[in-house]
Amino acid sequence: MSKDRSGNAAGDTSASFKRELTEVIPHLRAFARGLCGRADMADDLVQETLLKAWAARERFEPGTSMRAWTFVILRNAYLTDMRRNRFRGEYDETVAERILTAPADQEEPVHLADLHRALLTLPAERREALLLVGAGGFSYEEAAQICQCAVGTIKSRVGRARAALSAMIEDGSIPQRSSNDDPAHHAILNELDEVSAAGRKTVRS
Amino acid sequence: MKPAGNKEGREPGWASGLKKLYDSVVDEPLPDTFKDLLSRLDDADK
Repeated sequence: MSKDRSGNAAGDTSASFKRELTEVIPHLRAFARGLCGRADMADDLVQETLLKAWAARERFEPGTSMRAWTFVILRNAYLTDMRRNRFRGEYDETVAERILTAPADQEEPVHLADLHRALLTLPAERREALLLVGAGGFSYEEAAQICQCAVGTIKSRVGRARAALSAMIEDGSIPQRSSNDDPAHHAILNELDEVSAAGRKTVRS
Repeated sequence: MKPAGNKEGREPGWASGLKKLYDSVVDEPLPDTFKDLLSRLDDADK
């Protein structure tokens, strides 16, 4: 709990902003990890996001969703980094991902690590849509606001992402565990121009 | 039951795995680097 030295209203606002910002860090880390696949790069992205959010804190409207607001910043930072660095789509398996997830129906259990690798082969816009709705629990409407697109577009991206992952899981075409993750690597590189073009329209808002 | 991957509003069988992936990161203890960064934000305000 940090009390602003001067005790003025602006200080209180800053303190409450920082409290809210702190609370969403675990969610930012989870979203970034899903997007990037690598814990270190994801955390770098979150740190960048926190600094940008802090610098822009006067634009945050108290009472609105800090998670949604910061996710927009993180997403834009991710797209910018992808364009700048030709984001490599490397993947580090974490201990937590070495566990099996048992589907509710008759499918084979799926390794979370396999699921994550499969996710990383998707075009960024489908990957983020599925992460927001299918993992982060955002509504289609909220996800559409975060991605700055129409609700129907988000629904379509989520549907396509689910279909692609289901197909990969069913026919066993999930990329192998390897640092040379070629399918994921190429899929990400191939999407870059497309994302880059789309990003230019949406990043600056 | 068949997976409903391409049907809007229904989730395929692996969908809970996606939430687990997300939640496993949310539940991780926060690395010190973030606490350091948060205290630096205060410094920047001096």
